[in-house]
Amino acid sequence: MKNYFMGLAVSALMVGAAAAEEMKLAVTTSFHNSGLSEILLPAIKEDLGLEVQLLVVGTGQALRLGAAGDVDAILVHSRKAEEAFLADGNGTHRREIMYNDFVFIGPVADTAGIKDAQTAAEALSQIAATEAIFVSRGDDSGTHKKELSLWSAAGQTVDDFGDWYRAVGAGMGAALNTAAGMDAYIIADRASWLNFHNKGGLSLLFSGDPVLFNQYAYIPVSPEKHTHVNKDAAQKLEDWLVSGRAKQLIDAYEINGEALFVFNAKE
Amino acid sequence: MTDIWSGLTQAFWLLATLDADLVEITLRSLKVTLSALAVASLIAFPLAALISVRRFRLRRFTISVLNALMGLPPVVVGLVVYVLLSRSGPFGVLGLLFTPTAMIIAQVIIVVPLIASIAHQSLRELWSDYHDLLISMNTTKRQRIQTLLWDGRRALLTAALAGFGRAIGEVGAIMIVGGNIDHATRVLTTAIALETGKGDFALALGLGFVLIAMALFVNLMIHWLSHTESEGRW
Repeated sequence: MKNYFMGLAVSALMVGAAAAEEMKLAVTTSFHNSGLSEILLPAIKEDLGLEVQLLVVGTGQALRLGAAGDVDAILVHSRKAEEAFLADGNGTHRREIMYNDFVFIGPVADTAGIKDAQTAAEALSQIAATEAIFVSRGDDSGTHKKELSLWSAAGQTVDDFGDWYRAVGAGMGAALNTAAGMDAYIIADRASWLNFHNKGGLSLLFSGDPVLFNQYAYIPVSPEKHTHVNKDAAQKLEDWLVSGRAKQLIDAYEINGEALFVFNAKE
Repeated sequence: MTDIWSGLTQAFWLLATLDADLVEITLRSLKVTLSALAVASLIAFPLAALISVRRFRLRRFTISVLNALMGLPPVVVGLVVYVLLSRSGPFGVLGLLFTPTAMIIAQVIIVVPLIASIAHQSLRELWSDYHDLLISMNTTKRQRIQTLLWDGRRALLTAALAGFGRAIGEVGAIMIVGGNIDHATRVLTTAIALETGKGDFALALGLGFVLIAMALFVNLMIHWLSHTESEGRW
């Protein structure tokens, strides 16, 4: 038994020693569900010899992880929250990497008739007017924050909605499963939707309004606030993410022939 | 219904081809849970024997608390361990959050009350059989505890297997403290949660069947190795 504990202690030490070539990056569920990480991570490992460990969480939790110093950097998409994060001294700077877009998903029959809407605001107003069932993430994630800002841009107050508005408090995939089960409307990022297997009676009904663009930004956690963060690895990863190699991989990534992300980092 | 069938076929192919990712997360599941089980048993067995043998003031209270803690919600345990191990928490300097060690700690907390309660139940009955004999032989407390633990080993095995069952299928706590990191802290249950989130029910079910098969296999192996039901009462 003594040997066993020695083994545990040694393996705990080894985890610490191996930290030189590893870093922890908190990313959003929508980024991970897109499948892009499976293209980028092996390339990063090949080019930099860096093992990036992904923590897949909502934007709200990613920011918490960064603020507590439990990760070395974060890759999220909620500009206001990111700026507040920086203002509190939790990160060094914000670097825009790429964007994708949000889409409106709903029942094929389209009872609220949002297919022919001109703008996102119009589509949402129609859903509210017909009181068609709508599933909200309700988990303080980037997608949830985006949804709330779209409702207020459409002149609607979420707090006044009846029980057709259902906040599930779950990740993108779980929320899509719920929407598929109830034939409800939902806002999702395009990548999660295309990669989602359980589409049921749902289809993509509305997209393309520029307000639906979704900017991803990379923020290294402040090494002044948390001295243990792996700032060299975070810097190496940032240099790679804005490089030509990343641009080529990100822009070429497609699902069913559809491009998902647009690289827009500035050198 | 078709999902269950394709889940079964997926499980079969994953096993038949010894899929590398599957082998990795299955071994990690086993490593985490068996380590947690070993540590938890080391704490729970002596504790159970002690409260069977000794009479102290808060004994009944201790037993009630242990019984109540059998239903400890894993997600709360996970959250508390998370806050303690976070870099801004009291044990942050150890850097244990999002490592298998953190998952082991959480599982130990979850299964100790369960193992101790079940073990105590059977050791108490054994103690009422042995009480007069051991007292008349003028044994020390330590000897009594050792005798109970040795003669009650089959019952302790059942207690440990119950703990194994609770730990191997647990997802709430290890998702929070482990973070479900690919190639680092992903285990079968968190992988199932992930695939469900992606809407890939067939693969999620396939992994689920693998999990059930593994639990069965471990139980059968332990019974076979310890010759239960083939010799003696204990």
